[in-house]
Amino acid sequence: MIMSFNIYDFSGLTRSIDNGLREIMSPGWAIFIELAIIGLVFLIFYALLGLFLVYAERKVCALIQNRLGPNRVGPAGILQTIADLIKLLMKELIPLKNADKLLFNIAPFIVIIASFMAIAAIPFARGLHAIDFNIGIFYVIAVSSLGVVGILLAGWSSNSKYSLIGAMRSGAQIISYELSVGLSLLTIIVFAGTMQLSGIVESQANGWWIFKGHIPAVVAFIIFLIASTAETNRGPFDLAEAESELTAGFHTEYSGIRFAFFFLAEFMNMFIVASMAVTVFLGGWMPLHFGTDNAFNHIMDFIPPLVWFFGKTFVVIYLIMLFKWTFPRLRIDQLLTLEWKYLLPVNLVNILVVAFLTLMEWHF
Amino acid sequence: MQEEVKNIILGEDEDYIINVGPQHPSTHGVLRFEVSLQGETIKKVVPHCGYIHRGIEKMCERDTYPQIIHLTDRMDYLSAHINNEAVCLCVEKALEVEVPEHVTYIRAMLDELTRIASHQLWWCAMGMDMGALTTFFYGLRDREQILDIFEESFGTRLIQSVNTPGGLMNDIHPGFQKRVKEFIKYFRKKLPEYDQLLTGNVIFRERTEGIAPMSREDAIQFGVTGPSGRASGFSCDIRKVDPYGIYPKIHFSEMLRTEGDTLSRYKVRIDEMYESMNILEQLVDNIPEGNFAVRMKAVLRLPAGEFYQRVETARGELGVFIVSDGNKTPYRMKFRSPNFSNLFVITKLAPGYKIADLIAISGSLDLVIPDIDR
Repeated sequence: MIMSFNIYDFSGLTRSIDNGLREIMSPGWAIFIELAIIGLVFLIFYALLGLFLVYAERKVCALIQNRLGPNRVGPAGILQTIADLIKLLMKELIPLKNADKLLFNIAPFIVIIASFMAIAAIPFARGLHAIDFNIGIFYVIAVSSLGVVGILLAGWSSNSKYSLIGAMRSGAQIISYELSVGLSLLTIIVFAGTMQLSGIVESQANGWWIFKGHIPAVVAFIIFLIASTAETNRGPFDLAEAESELTAGFHTEYSGIRFAFFFLAEFMNMFIVASMAVTVFLGGWMPLHFGTDNAFNHIMDFIPPLVWFFGKTFVVIYLIMLFKWTFPRLRIDQLLTLEWKYLLPVNLVNILVVAFLTLMEWHF
Repeated sequence: MQEEVKNIILGEDEDYIINVGPQHPSTHGVLRFEVSLQGETIKKVVPHCGYIHRGIEKMCERDTYPQIIHLTDRMDYLSAHINNEAVCLCVEKALEVEVPEHVTYIRAMLDELTRIASHQLWWCAMGMDMGALTTFFYGLRDREQILDIFEESFGTRLIQSVNTPGGLMNDIHPGFQKRVKEFIKYFRKKLPEYDQLLTGNVIFRERTEGIAPMSREDAIQFGVTGPSGRASGFSCDIRKVDPYGIYPKIHFSEMLRTEGDTLSRYKVRIDEMYESMNILEQLVDNIPEGNFAVRMKAVLRLPAGEFYQRVETARGELGVFIVSDGNKTPYRMKFRSPNFSNLFVITKLAPGYKIADLIAISGSLDLVIPDIDR
């Protein structure tokens, strides 16, 4: 088994692992082992990313709020989230009277599985993605909206009035904003002419869509940021939780690790929308290029794609965190007004403009 | 009668009733709103108070007048000094004691510092209620400066208990004036940040502008005083209407607005912070020399009769009514607390708006629950 490791292109590595496994076992077993490896890698990645994002959010909000943030457990508090996790694991899972036990128990898993599945399609670098559908964007949108089922079930099965209101709000909110997310991604699909995520990234080799897509791409990016923040139930759109109104919304009755699942899923959804924004609008793992073949471009090419991808993703995540910690919360009717009266019409016009631009071949 | 009460509380059968409180993050204490909903829209609100009733008025009948002062701290703990002063002024009025001008200046300064500190905390909580979590830390950062001034002079931070019939327990720290001047300089720079963070925010504007307007008639009928009443154009600032202490000599304006909506209640308080700083600036350099207290008798016995004194706390009009039979303890004591009256106007304001608005309205009324129940 020859390992050809290249930080700029992972397809050689994955192919050599595949070939090596096929040499020593039947193809069916090889695929099974590969799936197991991918699953394990994603589990570890998911856990580490969750820990990091929780820590990052606490540090970012501390920065905004004139505080220090966690700084006691470990150097600069980096072990704080692990301590929190241990606490959540050891907490009692409070059983509820008159709750629908089955639905109550599976709701957190539905939420977390939805966020888990979406990660699979995201291209982290050249050749580094679990599955590369030709309908990648469609898959991510479809899978990430499954989470709302879990939230609705959680609110319904807890048999609590606050939870039910939170779940209903969440249902109305996510289903409405799904439209804007889909339509804003559609503008770039029209530009790129493909729904395959790796294809969209490749189409940005000579410039990110936000730069070469004229104003419609910028408009779509802004709409995508707003709508995806709403879809992840984060502030200023955290109406489903709204701790000053509904105590904790749909997860009021959850405790211990079940609560941690909702909590983790929120952070992972944030990562997914940020990485989708990066992949579709900001060039994915493509480096920043200006002009053609100059020294600047060569230096940018030298930075590995993984650094580019995660760098851009964390910039977008920082933006989303900034929203949460500086804006007040919207009211439910204003939330729906924003979507149906402003974002959706703007989006539809935007798509028409994009279609026209593409038809006339006026884009770069 | 009982049937009627039951109907008011429970409403019709098909109503969706939720209890906001007594354990709820946005009631700032143990207050319970029984809210009957239609979807998200509020049909009826019934406030239930009494969860933190400690019988302060009854306890007053047992205590001597200097002891009573320390009970009043525990009503509206955010304007503790002003509550203390109300009892002191009432007792001094009954005994016909003239306190030195030195004391009246310091009392007024402490009043205004307390008012600013209270409004700062209100701003923190208002932002939190609206979902803007950062406001809390900005407000507390600035409030800390005032509490440090209190701590330096009197050793206590939240409730000072420095007032006593006839003056103060102890004089101010020599560095008091310098610290106050520093604070005014500091806070004049920081207060515009409040506007940048919250007042100018488009979401905040949408959530407050035109929401739950209170007419002047409503304000008067429900007895809503303080900034909430003044936002509806009800001129109720006791410092102007029925001046006490040093206030007749000070130039300041009463913050009046006419809209009466949530935003104007918000703005009145922001403006009051500026105005309080103006008052402090007039006082800080002019504190006359003198004793910090008049020598009083060891046991205070008020002459038999009825005595009333009202002051302007950070939340409205606080009235202290003493019925004395000539003993060292009052025969009956009654407090007209501002929050009790301010609370019940919510039954008129909230119906027709959303749950989120209920939280914003109760935030803009700036309720302190122990003052409601006493």
